[in-house]
Amino acid sequence: MANVSIRNLNKKYDGGFHAVKDVNLEIRDKEFMVLVGPSGCGKTTTLRMVAGLEEITSGEILIGTRVINDLPPMDRDIAMVFQNYALYPHKSVHQNMAFGLQMRKYPKQEIERRVREAAEVLGIESLLERKPRQLSGGQRQRVAVGRAIVRHPQVFLFDEPLSNLDAMLRVQMRVELKRLHERLETTAIYVTHDQVEAMTLGDRVVVMKDGWVQQVGEPLELYGKPANRFVAGFIGSPAMNFVSVTISESLGELSASAEGLRLKMPPRLADRMRTHAGKRVTLGVRPEALHPATGADPADCCFDTTVDVVEPLGNEILVNFRLGGAPMVARVDPAVRVKAHQSVRFALDPERIHFFDEKNEAAI
Amino acid sequence: MLIERKWKKWIFFYLPMAVFILFTLFPFYWMAVTALRPDAELYRTWRQASATPFWTLHPTLEHFRELLQTTAFPHWLWNTMLIAIVSTAISLICGMFAGYALARLKFRGSEFLGTAIFITYLVPQTLLFIPLADIIRDMQLGNTPWALMLTYPTFLIPFCTWLLMGYFKTIPKELEECARIDGATRFGAMVRIIFPVAIPGILSAGIFAFTLSWNEFIYALIFMSSAELKTVPVGVVSELIRGDIFFWGQLMAGALLGSIPVALVYSFFVEYYVTGLTGSVKG
Repeated sequence: MANVSIRNLNKKYDGGFHAVKDVNLEIRDKEFMVLVGPSGCGKTTTLRMVAGLEEITSGEILIGTRVINDLPPMDRDIAMVFQNYALYPHKSVHQNMAFGLQMRKYPKQEIERRVREAAEVLGIESLLERKPRQLSGGQRQRVAVGRAIVRHPQVFLFDEPLSNLDAMLRVQMRVELKRLHERLETTAIYVTHDQVEAMTLGDRVVVMKDGWVQQVGEPLELYGKPANRFVAGFIGSPAMNFVSVTISESLGELSASAEGLRLKMPPRLADRMRTHAGKRVTLGVRPEALHPATGADPADCCFDTTVDVVEPLGNEILVNFRLGGAPMVARVDPAVRVKAHQSVRFALDPERIHFFDEKNEAAI
Repeated sequence: MLIERKWKKWIFFYLPMAVFILFTLFPFYWMAVTALRPDAELYRTWRQASATPFWTLHPTLEHFRELLQTTAFPHWLWNTMLIAIVSTAISLICGMFAGYALARLKFRGSEFLGTAIFITYLVPQTLLFIPLADIIRDMQLGNTPWALMLTYPTFLIPFCTWLLMGYFKTIPKELEECARIDGATRFGAMVRIIFPVAIPGILSAGIFAFTLSWNEFIYALIFMSSAELKTVPVGVVSELIRGDIFFWGQLMAGALLGSIPVALVYSFFVEYYVTGLTGSVKG
């Protein structure tokens, strides 16, 4: 069993910078856990502490039932893939992959068997005698992954392994990593700043910011029920639109209003929002929850606006406009004909709106 | 390279290059031509009608023969070689470990230590030889090769440490971290991964150290007194200039033979040496 437990983990650097703050995570056996967040959010530091490359200021890390705080990296039974691949430039692909096994004094035949097996899985059999500098970026990436899997470790650690690849290759490798994980069934912790990577790869995703864990959950859970405004804005592309609205109550009916919009509160939100009557809150609506209004849309969900910029992407069109002074993006069907500076009536889907507290930014 | 007009390339590249090459290689040419010239031609004044200062009409190996047979030159060559190799080896080993520690380990005062080592390198030998002579005498090492093998590292170690520290810093940390996860200790990662990757840097430090100790003059002049134990630079100057008589032919033959090993070392490792100085590690 290789579940990883992180308990009250903290990292403070000598200069006083508090990089990781009270992180608590339970990563289940065979789970693919992705840590995602903007740069400087503490995700890589957390991973490096699991790897043993960074000292732990306070807290505990367990792999299985064993506390590994003070174990050197070699004794933690982990393998790590680095952003710059960190292939040993003076060793051939074969030697790179065999190094970890040699250091652990495996018999020669066993090393040979495992290297061949990993090379076959990754399709790099023909490259085994080459030196890293003779490989393309994608091939290096594969070798780096190969070097990790030959060891059959308890936990895989990935530190932004795809960010040095070009866009096409990144998508391809993403799929391969996912397939590989299904095949190997090993616990993996994966760090990335790319939310698309996080959503596609992770069984669960941890969103971090400024050293704090913001939310832990399955990809669609983060997307559908973000815990706060940061998660809502970080997950999803284009990002969720935010507009400041005032909640008011008249004749027992709640409504949220901004300049040009007066939205009746959907029944599912009414109870929660009642306590906020008279206050300003942030309304969040995803680009795909906005569409040009038709007769079927209730009048209170519609608003008039002027199109600012149109971005035709082929499979969809992104329409930029403003609502209540805030910039908004709508993702609409490519069949819709809209032009810049045109007046359009848009509608939002009342079942897919979110409210966030203005002060602490938590979801209401 | 950008495409340029041909004549521009000739004027701004080939011509200055030719002048530069001529300028740097002329002393070697002069050395060779003088060494091969018989005394009769050598001591003829330039104003004489038959003077040919830039080439020789009757090349001879006479000066080489005299140098090798009448002086202790073979001994000097051997001494210089031995002393240069041993002091280079000592300095490289110390420099590799010190450079690694200063580049990678974080400990209190590491920056101060780095600067202090550099400052040692800046103390001129012309000052340092006085206290060193005292120490050499007290340890009764005077007039033995150890006097030089142990004093050369005083300026070679700081030099190697600094050059290698810079090189180690260009090697990505992740290589070492990866090796440690792969099962190596810090020492193991250093020896198995970092040192092999740093070979260009180590070689260029070695070449520099070798050349510096090969050419060293002051310590060799002061610490060695027997004619047999001298090094080439000192031997040639002290034994082939007697009073105001310069044995030019033998002097030049000695200088020529003495510079061959260094030239060989350079030409063998020239590629490593260039990458060592420009410091590029590609993963």
